[in-house]
Amino acid sequence: MFEYAKYLRLNKFPLIWCAGCGDGIVLKAMLRAIDKIGLSNDEITMVSGIGCSSRLPGYVDFNTLHTTHGRAIAFATGVKIAKPEMTVIVVTGDGDATAIGGNHYIHAARRNLDLTVILFNNNIYGMTGGQVSPTTPVGKKASTSPYGNLEPSFNISGLAQAAGASFVARGTVHGAHMLEKFIEKAIRKKGFSVVEVITPCPTAYGRRNRMGTAVNMIQDLKENAVTLKKAAKMSPEELEGKVVTGVLVDIDKPEYTEEYAKLSEQLKNKVGVD
Amino acid sequence: MQSNQKDKVQVITGNEACAEGALAAGLKFFAGYPITPSSEIAEILSLRLPRVDGRFIQMEDEIAAMGAIIGASLAGAKAMTATSGPGFSLKQENIGYAAMAEVPCVVVNVQRGGPSTGLPTLPAQGDVMQSRWGTHGDHPIIALAPHSVRETFELTIRAFNLSEMYRTPVILLMDEVIGHVNEKVILPGPDEYEIIQRKKPDVPPEEFLPYKHTESCVPPMVSFGEGYRYHVTGLCHDETGFPTNDPVEIDRLLRRLNGKIEVHRDEIIDVKEDFLDDAKIGIFAYGSTARSARRAMLLAREKGIKVGMLRPTVLWPFPEKFVRPMGETCSHVIVPEMNLGQMAHEVEWATCRNAEVVKINRVDGEPISPQQILDKILEVAS
Repeated sequence: MFEYAKYLRLNKFPLIWCAGCGDGIVLKAMLRAIDKIGLSNDEITMVSGIGCSSRLPGYVDFNTLHTTHGRAIAFATGVKIAKPEMTVIVVTGDGDATAIGGNHYIHAARRNLDLTVILFNNNIYGMTGGQVSPTTPVGKKASTSPYGNLEPSFNISGLAQAAGASFVARGTVHGAHMLEKFIEKAIRKKGFSVVEVITPCPTAYGRRNRMGTAVNMIQDLKENAVTLKKAAKMSPEELEGKVVTGVLVDIDKPEYTEEYAKLSEQLKNKVGVD
Repeated sequence: MQSNQKDKVQVITGNEACAEGALAAGLKFFAGYPITPSSEIAEILSLRLPRVDGRFIQMEDEIAAMGAIIGASLAGAKAMTATSGPGFSLKQENIGYAAMAEVPCVVVNVQRGGPSTGLPTLPAQGDVMQSRWGTHGDHPIIALAPHSVRETFELTIRAFNLSEMYRTPVILLMDEVIGHVNEKVILPGPDEYEIIQRKKPDVPPEEFLPYKHTESCVPPMVSFGEGYRYHVTGLCHDETGFPTNDPVEIDRLLRRLNGKIEVHRDEIIDVKEDFLDDAKIGIFAYGSTARSARRAMLLAREKGIKVGMLRPTVLWPFPEKFVRPMGETCSHVIVPEMNLGQMAHEVEWATCRNAEVVKINRVDGEPISPQQILDKILEVAS
């Protein structure tokens, strides 16, 4: 039995998440990944923005920073650059990271700053009561799209890839072990890493769209998930409505804090200011 | 002038003095975004910081720059950003975060004409009230306003010292004139100013309360990674740093946060008084406008008119203790400002309306000239 307690602030329990929420599965997968890498609690700073998933840092015994809406990556950038030896993990949601915080998300990827972003994608603004988000599928209902959503979704993993991330993986809370592996790889990666996790929000999204119980929603995830390998053999029509899982990007390229350290070192050896 | 003193003479701008002051104060992290008329501060620091084990980053926007300096400060670095009106507006939410989470940092605003994009290259003093009340909710703030290049250097150091001492964001409210004016200065050496570091806890991690209600109202602070793991949030929190909805705890927190500036008000406020002893007409002026005001005062004195001047270097907290006596000794207090009278209202209540407050306002991008103030003095005196 895995010992979660050493990473948790048990006196802060119970969690604020609703029954059936997938966020707890991601929390556990993340803690197992951290344990596998062997990081101590002091070596980790966990930064979040605003939303359900962003309440996660309150429950873990790391250096934890719960910031303003959308700005987790901006705050994390300061922490990481000021203290490059720190492992900085950002916990955020689809609305937080790709609507209000979209600019920080793409620019941190472009810089290839060594952050690990765990992006909980539940297709909705859960905490504020179920408003439409950049990843709500077309036609789905939300409290601010009562007639069905008209706007196409972001492919948020694709966004990170296009912007220059070193590592991008997508998983679902149905595949908790796969998720653990993705998170482990993401943290180990020197560079900007994203793990997009598809997670159900039965309260604010499922109920409004008649998707059944939390168990039904997780079963749907299982049925709709297609591995990268399998997806390669499918037509775009066949892939409609499916969730492609797997490691989408895993490349090595210069990382920002390392490049900055090199520059500083070079300048130190030069005498005088130009 | 001694030869070694002569070597130290420089002709620099206020923006350069600000960058030098920040480095002297121990700046280790700067995040910014290009904006006129503050960009030179970022440019200079991009050149200097990598050479002194400091970090410079140009962020993707103003909001990110403000967030990044808060993160860096929590990681232990003295941190600063610099901007102007539109950028200052964008930073407001995270300035409130720094106030709420008590994260020391310095925000430089080289004021230009507003509102909106306004006058990018021309001076104004229109952000005085925004620097006090720009972010939502009751919050503590300190704002400083230099009137010269040398004072910009000194007040930048003081901004860092105050932010470290009181765990609060400090606004350095420059204006375009001060930012771009070239002046001959001899900057003070390291033995001529004090550098203050945030107070660290003297208890082991298990006894550490990151937001403890201490007598000074300022809890000790520890950086991330030093073995004291704690939670930082912009939500109302208790002494442990975790969110709370308990009315008693919320009230305690907000009263302590605002109280910490009140308790230390006398140590924070600072004014320069000129000829106030026998003055019948007072001038209240700050920033670059104070330069014109001083000239006007001296010209009026030559004509035998007893004019005195009060120049606060700290605008917030407001130095009412020094303003009140002007109401008792002067018939008029003239308040020249490059705005439509933002500080004049403060002067009015602080003098208890004992003296008549006379406003001189310009919002056309032009500085207020000594002649304009002198004319008003002559008008008031007759």
